[in-house]
Amino acid sequence: MVRSNRWVNLGFQLAALVLALLFTTLILLAAGAPPFDAYANILRGAFGSMINFTDVLAAWVPLLLTTAGLLITFAAGLWNIGVEGQIMLGAIFTTWVLRELQDTSMPPALIITLGILAGMIGGALWAMLAGALKTFGGVNEIFGGLGLNFVATALTLWLIFGPWKRPGVASMSGTVPFDDKLALPAFTGLRLSPWALGIAMIAIVIVYLLLQGTYFGLRLKAVGKNPKAAFLLGIPTWQYMMFSFVLCGLFAGAAGAMQVVAVYHRLIPSISSGYGYLGLMVAMLINYQALWAAPIAFFYAALNIGSIQLPIVLHLDSSLSGVLQGMLVLFVLLVEGARQRLMKKA
Amino acid sequence: MGVGNLPMNVELKHIHKHFGKVHANNDIVLNVPSGTIQGILGENGAGKSTLMKVLSGFIQADSGEILLDGHPVTIHSPADAIQHGIGMLHQDPLDFPPMRALDNFLLGHSGGLFPDRKAVARDFKRLAAQFDFSLDPDSYVDSLTVGERQQLEILRLLWLGARVLILDEPTTGISAIQKAKLFETLRKLTAQGMTVIFVSHKLEDVEVLCHTVAVLRAGKLVGEVKAPFQTKKLVELMFGKEISLGARQAAGPGRSVLELRGVAIEDIRLRMSDINLSVRGGEVIGLAGMEGSGQGPFIRACAGLMRTVGGRVLVNDRDLTGKSYHAFKRNGVSFLPASRLEEGLVPGLTLTEHFVLSEETKGLFIDREGGRKLAEDRISSFNIRGTPLSTVESLSGGNQQRALLALLQDPLSLILLEHPTRGLDIESTIYIWNKLKERCKQGAAIIFISSDLEEILQYSDRVLVFFSGKVSSPLDASKTTVEQLGNLIGGKGWESLKTEKAHG
Repeated sequence: MVRSNRWVNLGFQLAALVLALLFTTLILLAAGAPPFDAYANILRGAFGSMINFTDVLAAWVPLLLTTAGLLITFAAGLWNIGVEGQIMLGAIFTTWVLRELQDTSMPPALIITLGILAGMIGGALWAMLAGALKTFGGVNEIFGGLGLNFVATALTLWLIFGPWKRPGVASMSGTVPFDDKLALPAFTGLRLSPWALGIAMIAIVIVYLLLQGTYFGLRLKAVGKNPKAAFLLGIPTWQYMMFSFVLCGLFAGAAGAMQVVAVYHRLIPSISSGYGYLGLMVAMLINYQALWAAPIAFFYAALNIGSIQLPIVLHLDSSLSGVLQGMLVLFVLLVEGARQRLMKKA
Repeated sequence: MGVGNLPMNVELKHIHKHFGKVHANNDIVLNVPSGTIQGILGENGAGKSTLMKVLSGFIQADSGEILLDGHPVTIHSPADAIQHGIGMLHQDPLDFPPMRALDNFLLGHSGGLFPDRKAVARDFKRLAAQFDFSLDPDSYVDSLTVGERQQLEILRLLWLGARVLILDEPTTGISAIQKAKLFETLRKLTAQGMTVIFVSHKLEDVEVLCHTVAVLRAGKLVGEVKAPFQTKKLVELMFGKEISLGARQAAGPGRSVLELRGVAIEDIRLRMSDINLSVRGGEVIGLAGMEGSGQGPFIRACAGLMRTVGGRVLVNDRDLTGKSYHAFKRNGVSFLPASRLEEGLVPGLTLTEHFVLSEETKGLFIDREGGRKLAEDRISSFNIRGTPLSTVESLSGGNQQRALLALLQDPLSLILLEHPTRGLDIESTIYIWNKLKERCKQGAAIIFISSDLEEILQYSDRVLVFFSGKVSSPLDASKTTVEQLGNLIGGKGWESLKTEKAHG
């Protein structure tokens, strides 16, 4: 019975994938583009060369970090839309520490470490704001988070065009790039840093263990599934919710820090690259199971990187990957709903 | 529109309604001629609300017929009901607090995109004046009292063309003056040919107001009585014949585990004050009263789940006034709510996970093996039909209740329970009480709410009766009969009792 269920579930999920592809194909046809060329291009863009493949991994790092953080807030039953802003604040804090310390005689490794830690703290503080708004202000975390995202964007732009502007003229290309010695060491000739990769993998393992194996994780799940009962069971509910915000902020902040020390080496206006919203999609797609975070985040990163070439080759917008990513989430949720209905009747 | 519509006779024929195994309405036949006030009397769960929901279109009957003026009708929704001229006034007014009275008045009126506010305001004032209601159409609903909201709702229903008015427990939470005005209004309306159906558990109100009273018990219509009424007869119909009580175990006096000194409790509807009570270890206190009479806030105040507004609460001689539930819990108090899946258990988590959560934790990581052993242990000692990996929502109600009991920490001084055996079969009920009595022998005191009077008299040592915010002094359960209790719950016979303090 159990085994047959598992196969049935797998079948449903495959159906969702097929439907998502089908729908994206329809959109491509409507746009007058050759669908199979487009898919081939995405594949080639993601895995066509070593550089492409390592670029996928470089994008996987912040996405995985963000997803790891979101798994914690989802476990607590919270929709941390503010994760996007938490990534930005992480990047801002990292940039700030790097700017302050770049001209000192401190060893670069220490500066980078301090920068990453500062980023994590920045993300956590921003997440705490959303948590405090919810706990003490009665503001739903979705609205609070969304508002804080706009504030974070404004703050980023203000810093780039104000206090941290390039000498001479401020530009959308961001702040002055840091010296090479302040970058996380990368593989030679590639944009991928083994350090960043390691941090992301450690993060997802930590979150997996936290949610699967610890008392903290179990209590968090109880709070998420039924705060009233959790309270009667003796769990301090609002403190747990607050703490889950902080933990998620730490991971999101780390993602922001990686964007600065491993990818862009400066603060740019779109520093979060939308990984917050993408992370939300990944978390929904994997039904909040930490085990699946790594492969699905990788798949999404591949779609992102693979579609970069589309405008050049096929004159298609690279947002096509977004269409496919969104379709996938919608169809997986839809098919899951259908499955539950059908199974109930059976 | 307004008052002065055609009169209407309401007939219910062989109404049946099942909820799962519960036969909530069993072959109800009722005939209400226009111009009468029909009382519907019965204890909680007797099927009064179900019947009224069927009549007002909230739910559909499984079988049976509704006839209005002799014509069979099918009522699909509350909006449909009002089209037919049936308006229902709910116990909790279904209004929109952050809106103005006039806006509420307009809701549910199907009249174009842009209502003629001026004309409506005129209608409103005319109707209000007719019944001598002093309602300001521009005031916000949340600034009104429950009684005023009720008046607003009555006006709205009349304005929408209601010819049959159903009122569900309308006298709960309103002042004596408002009650008098409500009754006067209802008499006026029936004199004009309206039909009024008055649902209540308050004997006194029913006796004063109604022309005829139908009594429901366990889903059946057990009798219809015409005015003038005999209280004794009504109580007998409501609660059935007295059943001999089983053997009672008297608890010996223990140390004081809970002491209430001049406690005052307040919620939106009620204010109870100057409650004094001392509960000793091993004692069982039953709280009797119709739902919403104040026993809910009382038990939650004893758990620290509701702030008291006066007096002191002592647990094991320690002053915990104003402390949180978790402080009470640390001092050996546990509260088991009536809604098991909504408040007591966490749907989606397994039995093992629940037991692990309820235990003191050692270290950071969950001891899986220990958790499984613990779960197997509890499952067998509480006779729960489920496995360690069963999710709580997959258990039956009786097994969920056993699981809740199995979650209680060790040791305990005070266990507070809301409807511990509601919806359970006899076997589970007896099992649960045996487990609770074991706790008493270990020195815990129990305070429980029940709407089953026999359960209260059978298992309690002392009984507190709640009626409209009044709390009786503790009654000796062994010297109280079901009939006495039934009277007190319905608000009769309080004069002969020494009440803690009367408050409306």
